[in-house]
Amino acid sequence: MKKIEAIIQPFKLDEVKEALKAIGIDGMTISDVRGHGRQKGHKEVYRGQEYNVDLLPKIKLEMVVPGDRYEEVVRALSAAARTGKIGDGKIFVYDVAEAVRIRNDDRGDAAL
Amino acid sequence: MTSRIKLRTLVLCLLPATMLAQDVSSRLAAVEAAAKSAQSAGDNAWMLVSAALVLMMTGPGLALFYGGLVRRKNVLGTMMQSFILMAVVTVIWALVGYSLAFGGSGPFLGDLRFALLNNVGSAPNPDYAGTIPQQTFMVYQLMFAIITPALISGAFAERMKFSAMLLFMTLWSLVVYFPMAHMVWGKGGLLNAALGGTVPCFDFAGGTVVHITSGVSALVCALYLGKRLGYPATATKPHNLVISFIGACLLWVGWFGFNAGSALAASPLATSAFVATHFGAAAAALGWVAAEWLVTGKPSVLGGISGCVAGLVAITPASGFVKPFPALLIGLTAGVVCYGMVTVVKKRFGYDDALDAFGVHGAGGTLGALLTGVFATSQVNDNFKDSAGRTLPLGLVDGHPGQVLNQLAGCAIAWTLAIVGTLIILWVCDRLIGLRVRQEDEIEGLDYSMHGEEGYIFEQ
Repeated sequence: MKKIEAIIQPFKLDEVKEALKAIGIDGMTISDVRGHGRQKGHKEVYRGQEYNVDLLPKIKLEMVVPGDRYEEVVRALSAAARTGKIGDGKIFVYDVAEAVRIRNDDRGDAAL
Repeated sequence: MTSRIKLRTLVLCLLPATMLAQDVSSRLAAVEAAAKSAQSAGDNAWMLVSAALVLMMTGPGLALFYGGLVRRKNVLGTMMQSFILMAVVTVIWALVGYSLAFGGSGPFLGDLRFALLNNVGSAPNPDYAGTIPQQTFMVYQLMFAIITPALISGAFAERMKFSAMLLFMTLWSLVVYFPMAHMVWGKGGLLNAALGGTVPCFDFAGGTVVHITSGVSALVCALYLGKRLGYPATATKPHNLVISFIGACLLWVGWFGFNAGSALAASPLATSAFVATHFGAAAAALGWVAAEWLVTGKPSVLGGISGCVAGLVAITPASGFVKPFPALLIGLTAGVVCYGMVTVVKKRFGYDDALDAFGVHGAGGTLGALLTGVFATSQVNDNFKDSAGRTLPLGLVDGHPGQVLNQLAGCAIAWTLAIVGTLIILWVCDRLIGLRVRQEDEIEGLDYSMHGEEGYIFEQ
């Protein structure tokens, strides 16, 4: 099993969800996060006082998929989230030791 | 026999005529009384609505406006500072405040004849407003006494102890507001243009009394308390401009009660003040936004709402004296000048007037008071007559340039009283209670450290 963690542009969330649904992935957890990589923030001005906002709003998307499917998922996710501009985000993939479905104690791929 | 009949006929003929004459005069008296009571009813209705509108300016208007401009951890603390004054000042006003402002006829302060609201009932007080119950006048003026100290709280936002704020505001009302209100609006007051002041200063709705006193005191507070922790390096940007927007728009609407209500009657002068107020606000919003657009490249919402408030401040003293076009001019000037005050001047001198109470109310109020001396005209307000009953020229545009000097004197007195009074009060409060919250409380935020609550809880 692999855990896929993607940081994406908030406005890309719907497209990403559609793309994942299209390849049969429908479980995911989403959080509102703030951060930046190479993208420098922007400047806001309130009554002449300038503030550099370098931590920009992003969406963090987490899901765990069977080990043989992660390449496909990463490709779909990456394609859907891409604008080609700086700030599109990143995808990280981790190995997962175990998964448990709390409801009935299913283990491994069956729990996904 | 015949003479008797004649007499009887005569009496019978005359009777209806005398009865008719009596009838006409009594009917006339009844009509006059009805007209008077109708005027009273109309004036009283408008003044009660105006009083409610002015209270709405403090809560929710100012509380929302200021509350949105602070950081999230201070939203309740900031709103509470406005709200609690609605209660505190009301009690002080009932005990001595109204009397100190409007009782007696001394040059600097009233007396205690209306203390505990003694003799303040349904009978009008003809010195001030002859057609409405004195109680209406009293409660209307109370709303001004509430919002004025509330305006100051913008300067020391996010760092003053609640207890110290309560003591400060109580003393400030007694030492600065009541004397200033008496000097400008009270009978025999030094600056009262209508009721025997030696330096007649035109202040229709509170340019000196409300905005200069609060704005200048705000600057003194900002300097005395010092900057917020981390200012200006750490971001202190507004946490919720949406509620600030709602607050500012409520202020705009409430200001009609503030300015047009200051006619103290549902009169054409009230209409004129209403129009001037609206025009001033509109032009100032445009002035601020345009200046900002030119300087930073973007017209901001905060700029728009700050501009309208600056315009409302500046038009306040002038509202019952100027025509619509000068009102536009006063507003436009105020929008641009106040924008410069909060951006250039504040940055240059480095004081932390957190929510720009001085930049908007102190600067806008002074500008408005001076421009009132320029644009005041008897074509709008012909209530000022010489001993022969001729209408007096008012401002520079009426050919009375000396009025600008009178306005300058009024401003100087308001500035001096605000600076000296506030300094002394701050010193006293600092000695007795301490003005600033502890450093850890300031970091934690006033909402929790002062009130044990938080503003936004979105849990299920």
